[in-house]
Amino acid sequence: MDAYITKIKEISERLLKDGTVEAVIGFRQGTVPTMSEPCMIKRSDDVKDLVWDSNCRINLCNYLTNRKEKLAIVAKGCDSRNIVTHIIENKIKRDQLFIIGVPCKGMNDKNTGELQDNCGTCTHRNPVIYDELVGDLVEEQTDVDKYADVKKVEALSSDEKWNFFNDLYSSCTRCHACRNACPLCYCPTCFVDESKPQWVGKADDAVDIRTYHFLRAYHCAGRCTDCGSCEAACPQNIKVRQMTKKLEKDCSELYGWEAGLTLDERPPLDTFKVDDREDFIK
Amino acid sequence: MKVINIDKEKWASGVESLTSTYRLFGPVKEDDSHNFKELKKGELPDLAYGNSKLSPKSAVFPPSEAMFTYSLDEKNENHHILNDVKKDYSPRAVLGIRPCDAKAVSLVRMNFDTKEYRDPYWMDAFEATTFVGLACDNPCSTCFCTSTGCGPFSEEGLDVLLVENGNAYIAKALTAKGEKLMDAAGFKTAGDDSAIAAKKAAAEAKITASIETDKLSEKVIMDLYDAPIWDDISFSCINCCTCTYACPTCWCFDIQDENKGLSGVRMRNWDSCMTPLFTMHGSGHNPRSQKKQRVRQRFMHKLKYFLDKYQKGIMCVGCGRCVQQCPVNIDIRTVSKKMNDYVAAS
Repeated sequence: MDAYITKIKEISERLLKDGTVEAVIGFRQGTVPTMSEPCMIKRSDDVKDLVWDSNCRINLCNYLTNRKEKLAIVAKGCDSRNIVTHIIENKIKRDQLFIIGVPCKGMNDKNTGELQDNCGTCTHRNPVIYDELVGDLVEEQTDVDKYADVKKVEALSSDEKWNFFNDLYSSCTRCHACRNACPLCYCPTCFVDESKPQWVGKADDAVDIRTYHFLRAYHCAGRCTDCGSCEAACPQNIKVRQMTKKLEKDCSELYGWEAGLTLDERPPLDTFKVDDREDFIK
Repeated sequence: MKVINIDKEKWASGVESLTSTYRLFGPVKEDDSHNFKELKKGELPDLAYGNSKLSPKSAVFPPSEAMFTYSLDEKNENHHILNDVKKDYSPRAVLGIRPCDAKAVSLVRMNFDTKEYRDPYWMDAFEATTFVGLACDNPCSTCFCTSTGCGPFSEEGLDVLLVENGNAYIAKALTAKGEKLMDAAGFKTAGDDSAIAAKKAAAEAKITASIETDKLSEKVIMDLYDAPIWDDISFSCINCCTCTYACPTCWCFDIQDENKGLSGVRMRNWDSCMTPLFTMHGSGHNPRSQKKQRVRQRFMHKLKYFLDKYQKGIMCVGCGRCVQQCPVNIDIRTVSKKMNDYVAAS
């Protein structure tokens, strides 16, 4: 980690000094032991504040949306995949960015200190797009069952699924941290905030809470990289990835698609091909 | 003030006795954290807890509360007339509230009980409630109550303070309401509070975190408002409502009509200054459309506007929930230090 930090500082200082970028988006030391704070460094004197550790779990791509200046961004594997998605969705331009790639061996869960759940099954720990790496590429995990937990839910009966999701979201306060920590959730006005028409009730009704979570997950279908930012952000420790992972699995099985791996192909849900699978439409 | 000794063995039967006169609320363990809930019959508050994930403000200020019902059916004689929702303001007690959260209730009261306005829902619930506090012997690492005019043994806002002492609780009945509850529970054995001072000093000594606020009152509001600190403070904020919902002193709410067919309910729901919708005008203009403005508002309200308006300190009791739960580690102690240290260029 120390070598990574030295390199992150060195690259950032160089880019700020030579004017390649106006700012660097990275992490600085947190105030509690399990947290690092996303930050934007604008002066080369301040690069000393940059850190890298196993608490850098929030996806920094979230801070790129619609920015106009030239930026450097520290990006681990999942962040880089969301940057790809951001570029193909026109939320940032490739030539605005200097991507400081960080090969990643996983982040720690903020509560347990153990490897974060999504990192345990991650198959893209190395950045897929970068301008400079801060260290050697790490070995990718290949022998992992990404969807073991999703398969368990798939095997439930309808009633059991209903109860499962009811329990899953029962402690949700609708703080929307999952949405706001997600790089995909950049809609100018989210459907839950629309008032004309008002799609969803605002009170603590379980149906409204489920509607929010289900629709958000569907809106992320074919775009979600399972970065885990949503779950890391949730103050109630709700396993919100249970829904997004199911859709990630579907996209993989139906379209052979993994989000954020290439700039050269459109995602399956914004294209049409005559041989698209349709047997799931009933 | 009466001091009563409660043998822990008699605690459960005392709580049971209260259920005939009081609705009881207390900390209940859910998954890996505690929250304040209305206790079910036979259920005891779990007093072996650090602090609850959400503050107990919900006991008097629920996240969603029906205010009125109405009918939109024009065949109905009273259509389009708002009818009060009948509420249960029978006596209730919050058992095991931490001193910081009790002080927070008294800060929130300054907003809901003024010369001009009395919020009926909050005040009726508040007046129906007896607050039985539990002193903190083991504060969390993120607690900084001793520098907010509060403390682990603070009595402000409490009717009873319980101090754990071996096999007993030393109960200080601080108000007439508190004495009444002790009577109803059958807790009558005179006690001795001489052990409290040492326990209080020991608990206070465990609190090493603090918030710097000493120079905030002398700052000029507009200097702080225009200070160049807010871009950096607000950068990481994702504008979720975690801090405001967890905070015991955040009181903002939104009013919504929810219709189902031809009948409806006018509700009030917790709201948050972190969201753009909070300040969205009917015209479409939004005076706080930018994240920086919203983050500034939250900290200026807590640490400057409230302080100047009421002269009763900051609107923060140091419970540390926002510090623990913020997804991006924005820390009110760091922000306060930046505000406290800021000197405007002359």
